[in-house]
Amino acid sequence: MAGVLVFAEVKDGKLKRASREALSIGRKLAAAAGGDLAAFATDRAAAADAGLYGAKKVYVAAVGPYATETYAAAVQQAISQMQPSIFLLGGTSNGRDLAPRIAARLNVGVASDVDRLEWIDGKLRARRPVYSGKAFATVDVGGNPAIATTRPNAFPPEESGDGAAEVVDITVPQIQAKAKLLETRTPEAGELTIAEADIIVSGGRGLKEAANFSLIRDLAHAIGGAVGASRATVDAGWIDHQHQVGQTGRVVSPNLYIAAGVSGAIQHLAGMSSSKHIVAINKDPEAPIFRVADLGVVGDLFQIVPALTEEVKNAKAH
Amino acid sequence: MNSVVCIAQVPDTEARIKIAAGGRRIDEAGLKFIVSPYDEFALEEAIRVKEAKGGDVTVISFGPDRAQQALRECLARGATQALHIKGEVADADSLGIAKVLAAAIKSTPHDLVFFGKQGVGTDNSLVGPMVAELLGYPQVNVVTHLEVGDGKATAHREIEGAEEIIEAALPAVITAQKGLNEPRYASLKGIMAAKKITIETKSVADLGLQDSDIFNQRVTTVAIELPPEKKGGRKIDGADPAAAAKEILKYIREEAKVL
Ligand SMILES: Cc1cc2nc3c(=O)[nH]c(=O)nc-3n(C[C@H](O)[C@H](O)[C@H](O)COP(=O)(O)OP(=O)(O)OC[C@H]3O[C@@H](n4cnc5c(N)ncnc54)[C@H](O)[C@@H]3O)c2cc1C
Ligand SMILES: Nc1ncnc2c1ncn2[C@@H]1O[C@H](COP(=O)(O)O)[C@@H](O)[C@H]1O
Repeated sequence: MAGVLVFAEVKDGKLKRASREALSIGRKLAAAAGGDLAAFATDRAAAADAGLYGAKKVYVAAVGPYATETYAAAVQQAISQMQPSIFLLGGTSNGRDLAPRIAARLNVGVASDVDRLEWIDGKLRARRPVYSGKAFATVDVGGNPAIATTRPNAFPPEESGDGAAEVVDITVPQIQAKAKLLETRTPEAGELTIAEADIIVSGGRGLKEAANFSLIRDLAHAIGGAVGASRATVDAGWIDHQHQVGQTGRVVSPNLYIAAGVSGAIQHLAGMSSSKHIVAINKDPEAPIFRVADLGVVGDLFQIVPALTEEVKNAKAH
Repeated sequence: MNSVVCIAQVPDTEARIKIAAGGRRIDEAGLKFIVSPYDEFALEEAIRVKEAKGGDVTVISFGPDRAQQALRECLARGATQALHIKGEVADADSLGIAKVLAAAIKSTPHDLVFFGKQGVGTDNSLVGPMVAELLGYPQVNVVTHLEVGDGKATAHREIEGAEEIIEAALPAVITAQKGLNEPRYASLKGIMAAKKITIETKSVADLGLQDSDIFNQRVTTVAIELPPEKKGGRKIDGADPAAAAKEILKYIREEAKVL
């Protein structure tokens, strides 16, 4: 047992950011735990990219688009070939779908959505937000390999300066999958999703009506961010629940979170208070959102948001 | 068409979390416990399947005595049977919980097994797929739409910026996302009817499992801590929108450094 294996997902011919993040922390763990960093991929395009992040080998199984059972069989094969002491996955939909399946198959420990990872006394130690970020749990993850999914934006991607990784083709035993993908639908083509966004602009009930979400969209578009929303606006049908931030929405930790017309209820704060920089615009000086905001602006969002959008556009034009 | 719904009982989302002495658990004193919000969508979907096709809806919860309240509430909403597996769930890792639930599900008639996409509080999103693996079933996670046909189910799975439509052979594991349905409240009639149903109780040993495989295995909690209290930062007056916008831009560029 040695080394770190990372699930490397490719989208549009490039390694997903979540996978680059997982490789970057994986490289540090491999240095501490001993052994090499390697990647598992289903696409040879991952090999060159993964090499840049320090992977020495890439195990490639050409099994096509994501399907739980097939990927589980392929990963199992790669794990038994490499015998890593740690297996990491970026916390994407697929990473989170696959990790528990592998852990149950191998009877090993898994920690989800971790924002810190260390190798201590021959064990993987992880920190993860619990109670929607109201507390942090530090856990020891046992098993060969110990598994973790990494929280988006928690581990900065760092290139290692190395070259392409060696490709090792693996053959996967034919399995009779009980589920099959019929179709993939992309409803909001081009819109960034809050799960992986580096910048999020969120709107709340202060927007007054659905049409005014255009103010939030315009700012998000200008700044290159994703559109977030409070539950009140989702429940009112102003915006799809995919955008909801909070305890029953997504827990996010972007670099910059801008909230306009959001009061900052405890369930909303739980989903965004770990953002690195928080700007809040609210006309009520007592709004609880100001307790977590690094920059709070007491004022009318209908005036300030469009003005900010113009400023951002101007700044980008220069 | 029979369904099983796995119900996690969790602290109320409004609750302030305090850490218990020893620093490895939360202090439960005075905490209100609720049915985990995503499990409500799971239960509602199972009840709708029952209403359309007949069959039973069995709710199962693994936890201390208080878990009975959660099961009672599910019965009042329309579940037809309930099974409580007694145990200190706080000492079990996700795979331990999954082993307990898988064993309980095996002895309960089922075509569909429902979970929440995540337990609110543990925030793991692990138990559902683990049960699927242990039982050798297909899984569809983070489901926003479900159609149940003959021997198969078609489910819409939410992924980043898109959705997948997946067909799974039954029995299958489905984990519910918000948007799957609009959960009903318990009616007075439901509350009365639920009182007549006995909640079956079992121990981990009754399921033929060893405590040593369930508790304090694989994943062990070293510490639980509260995050450092975030102090509000600067507050400025936005009466002059243009000036406020300039101030925000300055912050974004110089401190957040994202532009
Ligand atoms: C079990 C449970 C789970 C929940 N989960 C979530 C969750 O995941 N996410 C979530 O967000 N909520 C969640 N909630 C709901 C939460 O409690 C709040 O109801 C919700 O967040 C409020 O949304 P809001 O801030 O948009 O609306 P409000 O609380 O109504 O706030 C509107 C704000 O807009 C401001 N405003 C009004 N006009 C203007 C203006 N012209 N300019 C500037 N500011 C203005 C007001 O001062 C006010 O602060 C949950 C609740 C429960 C019970
Ligand atoms: N102790 C438990 N008893 C019954 N079901 C549970 C329990 N813990 C978790 N679950 C189910 O598994 C789902 C996911 O939980 P988790 O993996 O902890 O995020 C929950 O939404 C429940 O449906």
